[in-house]
Amino acid sequence: MADTFLLNGKETPFKAGQMILEAAKGGGIEIPTLCYLKGSTPTGACRVCCVEVKGARSLVAACSTPVSPGMEVSTDSEIVHRARKLNVELLLSSGKHSCIACEANGNCRLQDLAYFYKITDLKFKEKEISDIPPTEDENPFIIRDFSRCILCGKCVQACNEVVVNRAISQGYRGKNSKIVTGGDSPYNDSECVFCGQCVQVCPVGALTEKKAKGLGRPWETQKIRTTCPYCGVGCQQLLHVKDGKIIKVTAVEDAQPNQGRLCVKGRFAYDFIYSEERLKTPLIREKNGEFREASWDEALDLVANKFKEIIKKDGPDAIAGVSCARSINEDSYQMQKLFRAVIGTNNIDHCART
Amino acid sequence: MTNSFADYAKAKLFILIGTNMTEAHPVASTFVKDAALNGAKLIVIDPRRTDLVDFADMHVQLKVGSDVALINALMNVLITENLYDKKYVESCTEGFEELKKKVMEYTPEKAAPISGIPADTIRELARKMASIKPAMLMYTLGITEHICGVNNVMSCANLQMLLGNVGVECGGVNPQRGQNNVQGACDMGALPNVFPGYQQVANADARAKFEKAWNVKSLPDKPGMMMPTMMKNLTTGKVKAFYVFGENLANTEPDIKHVEHELQSAEFLVCQDIFPTETTRFAHVILPAAAWSEDDGTFASSERRVNRVRKVSVPPGDAKPNWWIFKELAKKMGHEWTSNSAQEIWDNELSVLAPSMAGIKYSRLEGDGLQWPCPTADHPGTPTLHKDGKFTRGLGMLKAIDYIPPAEVPDKEYPFVLSTGRRLYHYHTRTQTGRCAGINDLLGEETADISPADATAKGIVDGEKILVKSRRGKVEVKARVTDQVPEGLVWMAFHFRETCANWLTNPVYDPTTQTAEYKACAVEIEKLK
Repeated sequence: MADTFLLNGKETPFKAGQMILEAAKGGGIEIPTLCYLKGSTPTGACRVCCVEVKGARSLVAACSTPVSPGMEVSTDSEIVHRARKLNVELLLSSGKHSCIACEANGNCRLQDLAYFYKITDLKFKEKEISDIPPTEDENPFIIRDFSRCILCGKCVQACNEVVVNRAISQGYRGKNSKIVTGGDSPYNDSECVFCGQCVQVCPVGALTEKKAKGLGRPWETQKIRTTCPYCGVGCQQLLHVKDGKIIKVTAVEDAQPNQGRLCVKGRFAYDFIYSEERLKTPLIREKNGEFREASWDEALDLVANKFKEIIKKDGPDAIAGVSCARSINEDSYQMQKLFRAVIGTNNIDHCART
Repeated sequence: MTNSFADYAKAKLFILIGTNMTEAHPVASTFVKDAALNGAKLIVIDPRRTDLVDFADMHVQLKVGSDVALINALMNVLITENLYDKKYVESCTEGFEELKKKVMEYTPEKAAPISGIPADTIRELARKMASIKPAMLMYTLGITEHICGVNNVMSCANLQMLLGNVGVECGGVNPQRGQNNVQGACDMGALPNVFPGYQQVANADARAKFEKAWNVKSLPDKPGMMMPTMMKNLTTGKVKAFYVFGENLANTEPDIKHVEHELQSAEFLVCQDIFPTETTRFAHVILPAAAWSEDDGTFASSERRVNRVRKVSVPPGDAKPNWWIFKELAKKMGHEWTSNSAQEIWDNELSVLAPSMAGIKYSRLEGDGLQWPCPTADHPGTPTLHKDGKFTRGLGMLKAIDYIPPAEVPDKEYPFVLSTGRRLYHYHTRTQTGRCAGINDLLGEETADISPADATAKGIVDGEKILVKSRRGKVEVKARVTDQVPEGLVWMAFHFRETCANWLTNPVYDPTTQTAEYKACAVEIEKLK
């Protein structure tokens, strides 16, 4: 029999070592959190996940408090909500959290909580702009807007415990606290390899994709799952598409094999398809060596006739082809079928060997 | 891969040989790092001090191309010190006596001068490998891109079978494929000897099956040419027409000068691509194709996982899906093919014809895809091959293998070894990454990576342009002085045209696979006046 605890009065099973946050999720209660990152050491930084535990002297952080058998936990009491609201109000005054121009508008956990708690005015004095480090975007991909940073540390966890690139950490103390690279240099002068995992996990608008800036709101985009076109790992991506155009790429959470992770190419190297240099029409080389545009009919007739002529004169084995290891399976299937069934040769290969 | 990426985070011991995962397979490397932080042991066998060495218990910095000698010596120690898995070897493998006889010739003392690894370190390494079960072995092109690539691969398999590590979760022999669909192109039969699903063209029953399905009287029974042979025969006239689909051979093949001569010699060259490339310059006809995200379809990843790829927009101008181009060309040559989408091709043809993928249909690929073999509609797919040491061929074959040096070794005239590969920020010849905003800012040019010792000896400072030359060609390139590279080694990639390593590489091939020896040739470096 599994151990149980009382979650809002209801007997709920939990696994040994589980924190309240996870066990409550198992019991169907989603406790709000800003800093919890699955699979990483809980930090208890945001205090938004506070819950009431009978017998405890104060509210506890659900993300970092282990459940014990028989523990009585309230996630929905007045005192809990009052404390969470207060924490949200404190976070809202920790920077300049205006939503109008924020890239995270519509995809922001802090905004969600402010909305839930019907917070319309700032209760505390906002941090002075002079006390906020300037936005850093010297690199091509990631904007670090410290005025929106709530110091939850999720990016630090992701960088150090998930992708283990060890480029960023919590820096300075007190009101000077800041997420920093080694030596507090810009990302592009640091150990950062631009995997963008920090952006993926940021619950607010502190870390956003530079290339996506101003191109579309979360509710305006379709999210289409696909497979990365680069290496052979097969990472699962979500293409954020607006008006038929990819404006951003994120990783699919909890998907095999990448579990919400991508690399610099998977996350940021998608826009080659929009290059003006794309081939847009069949081309035929003239006698003078120049290429001229042609219709599909003309180009394919030329290829078919030339192939037929060579087959007749030199036999099918005088034709050879290599397929593409970048394109879809079905394209390779078709090409080998063309060579074997139509041309009549097994001279079909691809770059696997070179 | 015999195993799955999901094993990485759970493995207890990794043997990485000839793989620079943080650059070539970055996401997979994160799971190795996670495991290492959680206490897994990591052995990195590589001539370079790659980034994963930071997480390693042992870095064995072998000399380029000495893998067989090192692995034979490791097996020598495993057998001599009785550290191998006797039960596994007896019940699951054959060829042990021949292997033993061979590896007994390779004492650690014999392998030491060949590999550059002291005999005692080889012993320590062997003991470490046997200390935890199972161990997961991963390799990439550091193993295959040698004239003895097949021998290197078989040596990895020998080692893992001797350790009893094949057929178990978190074990196996795991080649991580370089391209998104290089696995799939093999699976689909874009190989000269097999139909889709690895059915031999030489097998009359297989031919009969495909003849019926494709509605043709006969199919050729003789395996065709491999790519290097095709290209060589462009100059002999044996091959008149060459059809290049989505490859930039003029930059990716060894010895560019010679490759371009071959392409130039084609009587008729068809290129089907998404961009003009160095290769399309030689074409007689260029066919514009749909790119990733402009067509629905599937890729197969290294772990044999068939995943969906989805369309979000139409190709530009008159560009067309590749499968459509082949279908139309077939039509012009008198063959009517019925399948009219990637899904119809997969569901109605491929999965019907390839038994190992018979259970994979598009309707089953909505989530995380499926790993072949997946023979039936209710089969869950296969995360681990050769389960419990039961091999596809019955018993695992242990092979006695001899070390041979690279085809071109350093001499007085060309005293450095050049080894090549790819870097994190770019992909191959940059046809794609070179056209993505921002990527060139992170890596804008090629470098020749050299050791601090060699830099000092030659009076070269970091960032200065130097000359790198081989018997094939020469390039002027910026020197990057780094302790990643040992003395005597020059390391370069093939991302940038003017400074591409393939102006220098040696067009010599493994006799079985015709894989080129990109990892080893001899060069000289010179300070520019």
